[in-house]
Amino acid sequence: MAALLEVENLRVDIPTPSGLLHAVRGVDLQLDRGETLSLVGESGCGKSLTALALMGLLPAAAQRSALRLRFGGEDLVALPEREMSDLRGDRMAMVFQEPMTSLNPAYTVGDQLEEALLRHRRLPRSKARERAVFLLDRVGITAAGSRLSQYPHQLSGGLRQRVMIAMALMCGPELIVADEPTTALDVTVQAQILRLLKELQREFKMALILITHDLGIVARVADRVAVMYAGEVVESAPVKALFQASRHPYTRGLMRCIPVPGRTRPGEKLGVIAGLVPTPIGDLTGCQFRNRCENARPDCARPGPEFRRLDAGHEVRCVLAA
Amino acid sequence: MNGPLIELDGVSRSFSVGGGLFMRKRPLHAVSGVSLAIGRGESLALVGESGCGKSTLARLMIGLLEPSAGAIRLDGKTLAAHGRHAVARRIQPVFQDPYSSLNPRKTVGAIIGLPLDVQGGADGAQRRRQVEAMMEHVGLARRLYHNYPNQLSGGQRQRVAIARALITHPEIVVCDEPTSALDVSVQSQILNLLQDLRRELGLTYVFISHNLAVVEHIATRVAVMYLGRIVEEAATGALFRAPRHPYTRALLDSVLTPEPGLGVPDTHLGAAYPDPVNPPPGCAFHPRCSAALVQCRRDRPSLAGDDRARVACHLYVSSRSGLTRRTS
Ligand SMILES: Nc1ncnc2c1ncn2[C@@H]1O[C@H](COP(=O)(O)OP(=O)(O)OP(=O)(O)O)[C@@H](O)[C@H]1O
Ligand SMILES: Nc1ncnc2c1ncn2[C@@H]1O[C@H](COP(=O)(O)OP(=O)(O)OP(=O)(O)O)[C@@H](O)[C@H]1O
Ligand code: SF4
Ligand SMILES: [Mg+2]
Ligand SMILES: [Mg+2]
Repeated sequence: MAALLEVENLRVDIPTPSGLLHAVRGVDLQLDRGETLSLVGESGCGKSLTALALMGLLPAAAQRSALRLRFGGEDLVALPEREMSDLRGDRMAMVFQEPMTSLNPAYTVGDQLEEALLRHRRLPRSKARERAVFLLDRVGITAAGSRLSQYPHQLSGGLRQRVMIAMALMCGPELIVADEPTTALDVTVQAQILRLLKELQREFKMALILITHDLGIVARVADRVAVMYAGEVVESAPVKALFQASRHPYTRGLMRCIPVPGRTRPGEKLGVIAGLVPTPIGDLTGCQFRNRCENARPDCARPGPEFRRLDAGHEVRCVLAA
Repeated sequence: MNGPLIELDGVSRSFSVGGGLFMRKRPLHAVSGVSLAIGRGESLALVGESGCGKSTLARLMIGLLEPSAGAIRLDGKTLAAHGRHAVARRIQPVFQDPYSSLNPRKTVGAIIGLPLDVQGGADGAQRRRQVEAMMEHVGLARRLYHNYPNQLSGGQRQRVAIARALITHPEIVVCDEPTSALDVSVQSQILNLLQDLRRELGLTYVFISHNLAVVEHIATRVAVMYLGRIVEEAATGALFRAPRHPYTRALLDSVLTPEPGLGVPDTHLGAAYPDPVNPPPGCAFHPRCSAALVQCRRDRPSLAGDDRARVACHLYVSSRSGLTRRTS
């Protein structure tokens, strides 16, 4: 069976005063129905722009190109914006870090939830309301009926994020892209929301792309992980393989940076990755991690490195991974 | 042993909120009756859910806010009696956001040296030497002296904030989510730096974080807050090994360690978030507590225990041998 989402050689370039910024540089992704893929990597590595490129929501200045961009049988490369916007909110939906970017402060929660459905389906409003109440209840909002008449600012951050998730679910999408959906929340609410997402995903066979830089979330939620660095996927693997046998020096570096109760001793020195991420402008030949890499050698500066396939589904972009 | 370096004695702080056409202004008790003693060289972490009063407590400790009741004493003398300048010299803050907490129109050198100017006494050359020495200490290259904050990375900015906090050689540094806005690769550098500085300079930290793995790594003692009150306090190892308060348990259960295959745990917490203007009677946690007793709805549990561990929960009784769980 064909994958739900197939991305090949996705690029996003943005003109800036200092030159063309290559924010996403040849990303390949594949996602099956019901699967969870996590995108991780340092701030600015292109996670959000990758997601926005899939959703057709890039900022106006950004230029997108791809060799292949297929979603559920549709070719998104050629799809006109009108049809793209029919897909969005219907078969694919997005959840942002800051719910207020997607909620309109001037409308009640109920109106916005119903609207999300009525835009795509011909239904009586009463049916839309029924679905809204059902979903609010499912995302753990008690007294859902009375919440419908409230405005977003009357809700706490955790409740707003739940409303956002309910809104993304209104049409029963096949794919949800969640960009740091719990970063602004505290840990108990975070656990509640992630658990809920996983439950709903299983129930409705949704695919999920989860963007985060929290490795704990990745480990607990993802089936597969794509690690990005300077606009490229540098390692891609099933979640167990990534945590037990990561191969890219950047991924390994990341794993050593975090304190892990039981593995790191309290107070002991944590690993660091010295140096800075390069700005992806100008000449980007060779491995972009090489100026920070402990294992770098002369051929790291040569064009490539290509993706190497190690085991089933485990791929690494590094000259050492031969 | 000497007395504590800084001591909070029944400290409360409320804000007046609401108001408007038909609404009376009502008090919001952000911090209620908090007592804490922090010894020199300790690293005390404050944890708890968003809005429970951690930052308010931090601002009280650095003298930015006055308590509505209770007293904060530094070496046995109230902050008010020390005076603003003396307090600022001995207690300094480092805040969460290295982007908004630095003045974008001032150079790195000017920002780090500002507390020296406020204090007075240092001439130009001497001031520059002190600033450069501090930059070196926190791992900032001297060439950045004339740079502006927007020319720095997130980690460099947080180092500037730390250098500014340390330039007057404070004894206590209050860190309010110092690494939350940073990537994990930058976070580890800052945590290593804070640990080194603590050892080298004998600093005392008050450390606020939502990241419990970080807390376990850096703190010597942890105080857990819920709705303005401390509900549990213990040495870090003991607290993580055997949390007592049902809220502390839920908090620790929510930690997502990077172990694949374990899934996302069920916190068993309802969504009945408390309203700080209208806190539940009895134990403020009782509407969300799966272990609540009848008594919990009526009587507020006091923080009981001894120097080793304290907990505010009716499930525990305090005796000379320590805290024991009630057998119902
Ligand atoms: N509208 C824009 N104009 C110019 N550059 C942009 C724009 N949006 C993003 N960029 C740049 O593109 C790169 C990738 O950005 P992106 O937002 O995808 O990063 P990210 O991986 O999501 O980072 P974070 O973890 O901080 O959210 C960055 O260098 C960023 O500065
Ligand atoms: N100046 C103020 N005026 C009115 N209410 C305030 C003020 N400062 C804080 N509060 C309220 O006091 C309570 C405690 O806030 P505080 O910022 O101390 O929480 P916190 O534990 O630091 O939360 P977070 O983890 O989200 O930073 C909250 O209900 C907050 O809304
Ligand atoms: S006092 Fe009662 S309600 Fe409060 S935490 Fe303990 S058992 Fe739960
Ligand atoms: Mg992003
Ligand atoms: Mg705070």
